[in-house]
Amino acid sequence: MNLLLKGARVIDPASKIDSIEDVLVEDGKIADCGPSVKAPPDITVLDLTGLIITPGLIDMHVHLREPGLEYKETIASGCQAAVAGGFTSIACMPNTSPVNDNRSITEFIRRKAAEANLANVYPVGAISMHSEGKQLTEFWDLKEAGIVALSDDGNPVMDAALMRRALEYACSLDLPVIQHCEDKNLSTGGLMNEGYWATVLGLPGIPAIAEDVMVARDILMAEYTKTRVHIAHVSTAGAVRLIRDAKKRGINVTGETAPHYFTLTDESLQNYDTHYKVSPPLRGEADVAAIKEGLADGTLDAIACDHAPHGRTDKEVEFEYAANGISGLETSLGLSLNLVHEGVLTWPQLIAAMSCHPARILNLSKGSLACGADADITVIDPELPWTIDTKAFHSRGKNSPFSGRLVKGRAVLTIVGGKIQYDGRKQR
Amino acid sequence: MMKLAKKDILGIADMSVDEINLILETAESFLEISMRDIKKVPTLRGKSIINLFYEASTRTRTSFEIAGKRLSADTINISASTSSTVKGETLIDTARNLEAMNPDIIVLRHSAAGAPHMLASLVKQSIINAGDGAHEHPSQALLDMMTIREKKGKIAGLKVALVGDILHSRVARSNIYGLSKMGAEVVVAGPATMLPRDIEKMGVAAFTKIEDAIADADVVMMLRIQLERQKQNIFPSLREYAQHYCLTRKNIKLARPDAIVMHPGPMNRGVEISPDIADDPGISVILDQVNNGVAVRMALLYLLSGGNE
Repeated sequence: MNLLLKGARVIDPASKIDSIEDVLVEDGKIADCGPSVKAPPDITVLDLTGLIITPGLIDMHVHLREPGLEYKETIASGCQAAVAGGFTSIACMPNTSPVNDNRSITEFIRRKAAEANLANVYPVGAISMHSEGKQLTEFWDLKEAGIVALSDDGNPVMDAALMRRALEYACSLDLPVIQHCEDKNLSTGGLMNEGYWATVLGLPGIPAIAEDVMVARDILMAEYTKTRVHIAHVSTAGAVRLIRDAKKRGINVTGETAPHYFTLTDESLQNYDTHYKVSPPLRGEADVAAIKEGLADGTLDAIACDHAPHGRTDKEVEFEYAANGISGLETSLGLSLNLVHEGVLTWPQLIAAMSCHPARILNLSKGSLACGADADITVIDPELPWTIDTKAFHSRGKNSPFSGRLVKGRAVLTIVGGKIQYDGRKQR
Repeated sequence: MMKLAKKDILGIADMSVDEINLILETAESFLEISMRDIKKVPTLRGKSIINLFYEASTRTRTSFEIAGKRLSADTINISASTSSTVKGETLIDTARNLEAMNPDIIVLRHSAAGAPHMLASLVKQSIINAGDGAHEHPSQALLDMMTIREKKGKIAGLKVALVGDILHSRVARSNIYGLSKMGAEVVVAGPATMLPRDIEKMGVAAFTKIEDAIADADVVMMLRIQLERQKQNIFPSLREYAQHYCLTRKNIKLARPDAIVMHPGPMNRGVEISPDIADDPGISVILDQVNNGVAVRMALLYLLSGGNE
């Protein structure tokens, strides 16, 4: 289907465009983009006046749960959630059951994603077999099968020697290594951020230094081996500072954070609501401020929601036994837009953190509206107020602490490869 | 007498001074029942109380059971193990099943902090928290306050020192809330590894030397050291702990001459408290605490059942 998108404000940070323009989509590609594009005959013209067109949003940190944990999410339901949230591309973490540590699992994920035919799905392969931190996976084979990055997400790579080898071996294949930074010796048994609220609630704490020491270690490792490392879901002020300093020193490190880390603090846990239980844990006010600052000054490159869908039974248990995570794909944009409303980020900054930056980190030829690019487009109504309702989620995971929260702005049209995969305009 | 306008007793943190006073006064009026030849009144006849204990407990469970029986309630004890519930029936399902049998009060002891709060939000019965993880142990703090009031005539203005593993202690947290609300000055002491982060923000002074905490104290409350914590390197050895944190004839001299010594039990004699202090009726009120415990639990059961309706 060919489309002419007329009258919207086009924000394409990769091309440094922020103006009212028309976008012509032909044969799944961006055919033209300019102040006034003439409509070819027999084309569908969409008047998008008052809306914002951005490159298709990319979430580089998503858990799709298939294979193995389909009651939480399937690749198809996760993709539905993605396009409903405005995401045209997602990278899915390997901690499925079995773990994506070999070619056949990667191929399975890609086949399921192709069958779902909604969003682009980029599998992330495990660094170590079963993500156990002992033996490297076959990076080369995994790359040929279609992975775009490596991570043992959920499990940090505790063995520094293994991490070093992973960085070196991955670098020769130009595969980014994504580290879940958590020193397990410091965090063991912990259930929430260590601090006043953990003391009040009597819950064992996870100190911020559990994250910080691992970030520091991996930065040193990337510096020494002259490789690059990507820090997942940054939650602490200390980690932001370490990444900022490392970047200044020219070390090849990138970082992402999730909406809950700039939206919530550990104070939210005071009623033991398991929906607020995440890994890393929600931190304090100073950390939230530092995360925002890190996004604003570019220390943190990307916003990724760490979409972690769970079934009711995973959360409706004692806090201690509850699973970590938030089903985030359908709230990520709404919550992140708050940074623009608050004046923390400009529109182009926000869109860059959700499109061209993750594309660059993952070496994807995405995140741009330049002529000839894949027609992955997100159309956002910037002013639309809406109330987050987990019952309306497309994701199987209804686990969100944001249920009932009023946010402003959402994706109303998600176009993937020139095809409208989500149309929420009727909700306007 | 006012009524307790609460469905559940989950912690001291959400209790008002009036509510604490009401419970303590009610408990004081019940003390006498336990002194009778026939230790039973018909007050809660026809009421059923389930003691659902997911953690081993002798003192607290027995105390709740005796409290219920002295008020003529039917008490049922269930000892469940958390390990089986992780794999098998969830706490919610257990609670829903018990709820369907229509008890009046469920007394819950659980190793997971917040478990009673979850239960209270799901079932219609009154829940009494008999200790949840390292969070709260409200009936213990109430019996401690009752004992202090009995021995000192007041709580306001007293200096109370809590010594030991504050990090893992629900008794410490409940007492910090209760005693502070009642106007006492609360100080805590223990090795730095046993002091939770930001404890000062709870309104207490924290010390790493026992001497600093018990100086001029009116009440010294010693907490039990759990041997298994040694594996987490919270402390190197019982020997070293005892050398530096045991309450002895020597360091008790730093407290006020009329100071009383308390312990929630069970005691490690010679570790956190020397036997001659524990057994000295002139200073130790440890068995008074146990006696008052029954009265406090009678008061809680009575007030939650509607009190003087």
